[in-house]
Amino acid sequence: MAGIDHAPPPFFKRGPAPLALLTFYIAISLALFVVDLRFNSLELLRQSISLLVDPLQRVAQTPGSLVDYAGQYLQGMRALQQENEELKHAKLTQAPDLQRLAQLEAENGRLRKLLEVKEREQARGQVAQILYTARDPFARRIVVDKGQQAGIVAGQPAIDEAGIVGQVTRVFPFSAEITLITDKDQVVPVQVARSGQRSVVYGLGNGYLELRFMPANADVQVDDILVTSGLDGVFLAGFPVARVVAVERDSAYSFARIVCVPLAGVENFGEVMVLAPRQALPERPPEATARADGPVRKKRRPVRED
Amino acid sequence: MQPTFSSTRILLPVRPWFIFFSLIAATLLNFLPTAHWPGVPDWVALVLCFWSVRESHRVGMGWAFVLGLAMDVADGAVLGQHCFAYVLLAYTSTALSRRLLWFPLGTQALQVLPLLLATQAMQALMRLAAGAEFPGWGYFIGPFVATLLWVPATFILLLPQYRPVEQDPHRPL
Repeated sequence: MAGIDHAPPPFFKRGPAPLALLTFYIAISLALFVVDLRFNSLELLRQSISLLVDPLQRVAQTPGSLVDYAGQYLQGMRALQQENEELKHAKLTQAPDLQRLAQLEAENGRLRKLLEVKEREQARGQVAQILYTARDPFARRIVVDKGQQAGIVAGQPAIDEAGIVGQVTRVFPFSAEITLITDKDQVVPVQVARSGQRSVVYGLGNGYLELRFMPANADVQVDDILVTSGLDGVFLAGFPVARVVAVERDSAYSFARIVCVPLAGVENFGEVMVLAPRQALPERPPEATARADGPVRKKRRPVRED
Repeated sequence: MQPTFSSTRILLPVRPWFIFFSLIAATLLNFLPTAHWPGVPDWVALVLCFWSVRESHRVGMGWAFVLGLAMDVADGAVLGQHCFAYVLLAYTSTALSRRLLWFPLGTQALQVLPLLLATQAMQALMRLAAGAEFPGWGYFIGPFVATLLWVPATFILLLPQYRPVEQDPHRPL
């Protein structure tokens, strides 16, 4: 520490003492850390810094994407023809369902109207290209190439061809950050497609998901498909989320331990579809009047632990 | 005679634009998709540590803080995480600079290892305290690789400061 606590001669102007500077910067850093973590009120600061950092990041991504592009270019006619064949085949196999979809939707709408049930919402959205995986090793997020300029807002769900990928958590001017459903803090309200049981699925942070708050005797089997329940007002109902791979029923605990794998290729690169925000759900009736009115089934709210 | 890092020749004064350029280049290296491979070092921490040791009056905690903010935003990490770690790194390497430069390069690298390791560990501790998942021990390989890179990094970053090899025999110095 000889160089540091050695007092400079008075004729050298050297600014504040290093220890004072250190205290100053450390205090600011810790304040930023706590405020960002607890209050999430620094989005404006983050967005303005990202305006400076974003061009650099795009430059850094170019070599990788050039290599990708060259690989695709050299892939060859044969492979492309084969893929084309397969896609045509897949399109044909899906044709019977798809061609009748419009009619089914219309019929569903009419029936729902007859039953006086609220109409099903149409899913709309825009396709976004995944730019890169966020470098932070403590979370699972991806960054896509559409942001505030394209009208993306935080909270929009993102899907790929197989199911739910995640949810937009931060929006920058020219990009947006999607938190994958496998992230530790990400929660998706789901229901078991086979039995209709509702619950919430939590990311585990290691590529798996866990279905929590299911009683030990719940009707869940391995290979059950979980779809979004739509109760949260964010995800539309009916999108596939995960497949159950292990069910542990231990009588010592009141809840079963159910592990699932995501259906969507959440860790892959490619394109995702960012769905438009849902229409606002009707206002929840106030608790007191709901009880007085009679037996209103209470919706279980997912409890966030953190 | 080839200029080598082990030579005891007098170095030219550093050019400020080269420091700036090297720090930006390190940031770019951090943004590359290779950052996800296990064992890829934190280039910004390495270059920052190098300049804090060599040119402590030019590169210090101010640069560390700014680069930390940039890395936080680029990573999608919690703001302040890199700032805190980098500022501490800049301070400790500045404090050690007078001592460190007396050692041969290999020994220098060994003394830099704890600093880089602490930078990484500090970030991990902050995030774990905030409730994140432990990222695995692979996260701590980076500083060891950076230590191995200390010698080549010193050579590359000091290249512009080596005196021209051709010397005038009539005006020795």
